[in-house]
Amino acid sequence: MNTSTSRIAIKVDGLRKSFGAQVVLDGIDLEVAEGTVFALLGPNGAGKTTMVRILSTLISGDGGEVRIAGHDVAREPDAVRAVIGVTGQFSAVDGLFTGEENLRLMADLRHLGKSAGRKRVDELLERFDLVDAAGKPVATYSGGMRRRLDLAMTLIGDPRIIFLDEPTAGLDPRSRRAMWQTIGELVADGVTIFLTTQYLEEADRLAHRIGVLDGGRLVAEGTPNELKRLIPGGHIQLSFAGAAELDRAARAFGGASRDDEALTLQIPSDGGVGSLRAVLDRLETGAIEVDELSFQTPDLDDVFLSLTAAPDDRKVTVR
Amino acid sequence: MTAYPLVVADSATMLRRNLRRMRRYPSLTVFIAGFPVVFLLLFVYVFGGTLGAGLGPSGGGRAEYLAYVVPGILLITVAGAAQGTAISVAMDKNEGIFARFRTMDIARASVLGGHVVGSVIQSMLALAIVTVVAVLIGFRSTTGPVAWTAAAGLLVLTAFAVSWLSVALGMAAQSVETASNLPMFLILLPFLSSGFVPTESMPGPLAWFAEHQPFTPLIETVRGLLEGTPIGDDGVIAVGWCVAISLVSYVWARRLYDRDPAA
Repeated sequence: MNTSTSRIAIKVDGLRKSFGAQVVLDGIDLEVAEGTVFALLGPNGAGKTTMVRILSTLISGDGGEVRIAGHDVAREPDAVRAVIGVTGQFSAVDGLFTGEENLRLMADLRHLGKSAGRKRVDELLERFDLVDAAGKPVATYSGGMRRRLDLAMTLIGDPRIIFLDEPTAGLDPRSRRAMWQTIGELVADGVTIFLTTQYLEEADRLAHRIGVLDGGRLVAEGTPNELKRLIPGGHIQLSFAGAAELDRAARAFGGASRDDEALTLQIPSDGGVGSLRAVLDRLETGAIEVDELSFQTPDLDDVFLSLTAAPDDRKVTVR
Repeated sequence: MTAYPLVVADSATMLRRNLRRMRRYPSLTVFIAGFPVVFLLLFVYVFGGTLGAGLGPSGGGRAEYLAYVVPGILLITVAGAAQGTAISVAMDKNEGIFARFRTMDIARASVLGGHVVGSVIQSMLALAIVTVVAVLIGFRSTTGPVAWTAAAGLLVLTAFAVSWLSVALGMAAQSVETASNLPMFLILLPFLSSGFVPTESMPGPLAWFAEHQPFTPLIETVRGLLEGTPIGDDGVIAVGWCVAISLVSYVWARRLYDRDPAA
């Protein structure tokens, strides 16, 4: 095998997909290196799940090429299926079975053999803290337990590439942290992870690279730090009692955007104490009276608005 | 390639899964066997006296009607199992269990095949229960073991065809509720056949339909094999229907299984 392809776990070129007249994926290109985490970030309906469905051989794309571990998903789906694992909103566990039976079923379908299968099932029950619940029907499990079992079922066959579709959606903070830790352990073992999420924090924490999907296009792609530089940061908002004060403040802060109706001024900020101090210093030097001061940090909506609206105008303030 | 043993191994795994689900959810099997038993008792003890008197020129009574209706009840047992199969297939589809299987390197035929074989076994269990009840209330076959084996074989073949059809219906249904309603026509069809009254007693167009739908040759063949009435070409037609329904349903179900689940 040639080294350049063996280093790339997932390669997508010009992937397109429509459902009827609705274009869901409109020419996606991306590469995920082996042993790294790629997070696909996007709002509901951005096409994240469709992307995972195509990459995991569930459905086929309309155009473009997808290679998983060097195998074309359209031409060698079984070769792809042999190396991947999928855990997601659309993939499920059997509620009528116990946790152990679900795992045993997966072990049988991975053809592990009786004793090796039993050993692997016991290992995973232990690792995912499901030993006590192993004999209970999954229908009685909590959301977090279900998600753990789901991931354990995916790991039965030791997949080299794992797709996680919104792995922490609907989980409480503790379960979310546990899931993050598990993902970290998998990556430490050299597994490649492709995950989708709506949470900026999650992508920031886990991913080596992040792709932002919006309206079927990858509107930004890079390391978390690269992306943060692309995304306009938060701002400090100053409210004033009158138009005269606003005018003086606007002269004092060159790059700020003003709202004459609301009598507010928005000053770009990285959210740090230093930038706040600089603003306060300048207000004091100019003897400018401020009614109210507030910090605005960007949420995911702001990130999308800024990335999709005017990508070449970096000074544009969010909203 | 080791494709053949894998298909066998995966199908066995899927069959074990479906049999375990049946054990976990026994009320379905009880219902599948229970409703034809209720029909049998209803038709023999409530309607049987009158319907028996109307059988043929010589007339008859409850005992004659019991002999007449048993083949129809056996076929309605097989048809009734379709509902349970369609429901469990639709559950697997809607809960995303098929989606998980489809991303795994397992023989695709095994997933639906496991449902079909499980469903045939479920039908056989129900048929055994119905047969025991029929014998207990006085049904006696006038033929011998060879004919009984042939009748059992035809019922298995019918169960196979109905199972593939119900797997396809379960795949086609958008919800579990639809999946439970779609196979209702299979339970109605035996009534519009020679199962409960001779087709000659029906009005023209209905009689024509009854004579040409699959259940009539199936019932006539089972009747011939159990009671020695003439079978004629009904046997060939019955087997032909089973093969045709199995084939068409298999192709349909496979296409639905391979199709984009989001479309």
